[in-house]
Amino acid sequence: MSRDGRRTPAPAARPGVVGRLADFLDDRTGYRAVVHEALYERVPGGARWRYVWGSTLVFAFMTQVITGLFLWASYSAGAQTAWESVYYIQHEMAGGWLLRGIHHFMAQAMVVLLALHLLQVVIDGAYKAPREVNFWLGLILMLLVLGMALTGYLLPWDQKGYWATIVATNLAGIVPFVGPSIQQLVIGGPEYGHHTLTRFFALHAGFLPVTLVLFLVVHLTLFRKHGLHAKQPLTRPDAMFWPDQVLKDAVAMLAVMAVVLGVILMPALRAMLAGEAVVPGELGAELGAPADPSLPYAAARPEWYFLFLFQFLKVFEGWGATGEFFGAIVVPGLIMAGMFLMPIIGNWRLGHRFNVAFTLAILAGVGLLTALALNEDYAAVWVNTTALAEAERLSEQTGGDAAKLIAAVGGDRGKAAAIEKQWKTLERVRHSQAFLDAVKQAKADAARAIELAGRPERIPPGGMLELVRSDAKSQGPRLFAQHCASCHAHVDPLAEDAAAVIATSSAANLFGFGSADWMRGLLDPAEVAGPAYFGTTAHREGDMVNFVQNDLTDAATWPKVHIDAVVAAMAAEAGQPVPQESASLVEKGRELVAASDRCGGCHAFRDNGTELGSAPELTGWGGREWLVGIIADPTHPRFYGDTNDRMPSFGKAKEGGIAPLSSTQIRLVADWLRGEWYRPTGH
Amino acid sequence: MTHSHQKREEQREEQREEQPHEQRQEREQPAAADTANSRRGFLTKALAVMCGGLATLVPVAAGVWAFLDPLRRGSAAATFIPVADLAAVPDDGVPRQYPVVTDRVDAWTGFAAEPVGAVYLRREQGSREVQALSATCPHAGCFVEMESTGRCFRCPCHNSSFTLDGGIVNPSPSPRRMDSLECRVGDNGTVAVKWQKFRAGVAAKEVQG
Ligand code: FES
Repeated sequence: MSRDGRRTPAPAARPGVVGRLADFLDDRTGYRAVVHEALYERVPGGARWRYVWGSTLVFAFMTQVITGLFLWASYSAGAQTAWESVYYIQHEMAGGWLLRGIHHFMAQAMVVLLALHLLQVVIDGAYKAPREVNFWLGLILMLLVLGMALTGYLLPWDQKGYWATIVATNLAGIVPFVGPSIQQLVIGGPEYGHHTLTRFFALHAGFLPVTLVLFLVVHLTLFRKHGLHAKQPLTRPDAMFWPDQVLKDAVAMLAVMAVVLGVILMPALRAMLAGEAVVPGELGAELGAPADPSLPYAAARPEWYFLFLFQFLKVFEGWGATGEFFGAIVVPGLIMAGMFLMPIIGNWRLGHRFNVAFTLAILAGVGLLTALALNEDYAAVWVNTTALAEAERLSEQTGGDAAKLIAAVGGDRGKAAAIEKQWKTLERVRHSQAFLDAVKQAKADAARAIELAGRPERIPPGGMLELVRSDAKSQGPRLFAQHCASCHAHVDPLAEDAAAVIATSSAANLFGFGSADWMRGLLDPAEVAGPAYFGTTAHREGDMVNFVQNDLTDAATWPKVHIDAVVAAMAAEAGQPVPQESASLVEKGRELVAASDRCGGCHAFRDNGTELGSAPELTGWGGREWLVGIIADPTHPRFYGDTNDRMPSFGKAKEGGIAPLSSTQIRLVADWLRGEWYRPTGH
Repeated sequence: MTHSHQKREEQREEQREEQPHEQRQEREQPAAADTANSRRGFLTKALAVMCGGLATLVPVAAGVWAFLDPLRRGSAAATFIPVADLAAVPDDGVPRQYPVVTDRVDAWTGFAAEPVGAVYLRREQGSREVQALSATCPHAGCFVEMESTGRCFRCPCHNSSFTLDGGIVNPSPSPRRMDSLECRVGDNGTVAVKWQKFRAGVAAKEVQG
């Protein structure tokens, strides 16, 4: 192509077909002039790297449009379909992880590029006359991009997006007068649900980007009208936008894309180097567990570039409602207003310096707040707590009471002050640890949800949440912690801290309940009266303990092979698989359990004729039905009857009242204790 | 195509033929000098803007009308929801968390007996009275949890802390204490709470929705 397409006279020689077609098109559309206009912009002082930021931003936006449209083709905005469709994109569709990964990380790159672009415009003074309007347009574009980031975070409808959106929309709700209405409009009603998603999606993929394109067109038109704001002094001759600057821009775009791809693929590279298998679904953007309003989510944090706003709210501790209004609305509003005023302030004598200082101060503030937020969350990773052991001991001893502390350190006020300072550190570490544990739990929940979603039966129409809520593996530990753990331990006896945990419990350790090992422990005279079995219960001096300690130790009536047989029979009763070679042992065990001069003297077993009421029935012991029964009502004659110690009847409700646990919950606890839950094949 | 429309179309076609672009521009000048014409010109312009504006207003108005629909939807009337049995609430002054399970409607989907949130119930020794606190943080709506030490409540978001009876521990960013919920203990010992949401981030406890 010639340097000056417009004035190229029609060549004397007959042009080829392409040439003639081009001439025809130009005659009817005038496209050459447009292309010329677009490409042959003079760049004073020649192409420079410092001019690439605007172009990389346009490129990043185009990337978002392209990947966004393709994501749209697979996304379904609805409370029972959003998570599910994103799961499908991320974990099942070929290349879905890459598509979503690019969209996710390019959004972050865009925020960084925005900051760089803004910084450069301010430092170069490119906001001054006659470019004021374009600067304002730029600020509006920035707000639109941030708005898209905020709305996009919710769309997967996972725990982290859900809780971050609750905070963001509640903050919108504190605006005086119109706040509650705005909040209700964006969440689409009084509660979060379908319409929160449809609205956020419409904003994210419709209203905001369309508005952005309109502003972008004006922004670019004005940019061309005023020409590039060249950085003085010009050291080199002028050049044309095409191809000199375009080359630099293109290289920068490629670099941005390379960084984004690098971030996505880095874990794959690491796995490959470590010789591990690469799971494509685990690359790129994370997908948390499905949103659940009834499940605490202590790992709730916004995307990292909003962390400073999040942290800023903590600055106003003790200021009450005014503080929150200041932190969430007034100060961010004033800062934005200050930025909008920059072109006017810039006209004053020291105005430009002020603007640069203002911008740097904001960026420094943002950086500082982000660092503070991260430091708070990750303190437990780097604070060495071994030096704080004494402070920790004193905290437990005094219950955190300052007056008692002074007495405890023998009146040494200096030392007391030092210890109190260490208490602060300890508290920080404890809070950080709670956050890190929550993150770990969130990761485990997410992994489990994804595992369940991949079942051959697929996700039910009620959505993923329904499936997660009926999963013993994820619900069991929560229910157990809430309802059972105040008495029962559930810890592997071989674990490091098992002894301590078991010692503080007031009922049997239920780890491995129903297994041969558990039964062997019960029949062990050294253990039966220990804290892992009946040691801390009313049965400590009961018939069973007496029997194990006095009768079972008599090797003449109870040779080891008989005990082995009983153990095998009980494990079989709990539904443990019986290997071919132990079939006869189990048979022998059943005879012993049933025999009226052995276990059957107290325990009913199959049809041995022993009446219920003196000891728990052993038919189906440790099986699902048996466990559900004893959890629901241990006072039933089938179980402990009136010898039941303190165990509540979790399934029993008074007339018209409600039971502590629903039958579904009891089933979940029973299944979890028995280790019965979905496991993907091939693991 | 209607008849009049067709005619207009034809007229425009004629005009285009006799008035190439440049000429039209020139002719406007002398026309503007004529006051009668200028009045007519103003009318034409005003009418054009009005017609165009009105036509565009219709889809915008229809859109905005539907978009504002959520404003007329309040929360379902607050009802007392049974959450626990009195015997299941330990009388040691330490709050315990209980799920709130109730029927729920989300736009077009109806859920039966769905967990919608949680409350903390607390009871002093030997008392039949139960204090209920909403687990929703009055600061910005995160889920308040008990500290691992069991000495206080703490919100995992911006560190608001509350005493075991919901009082604010200063300095906290929360503008008010935890929201207490009305709580009834039935004759049969069923503890029921009035399930309500309150506006976050303001000093006064205002019912939301
Ligand atoms: S939401 Fe609880 S402290 Fe902010």
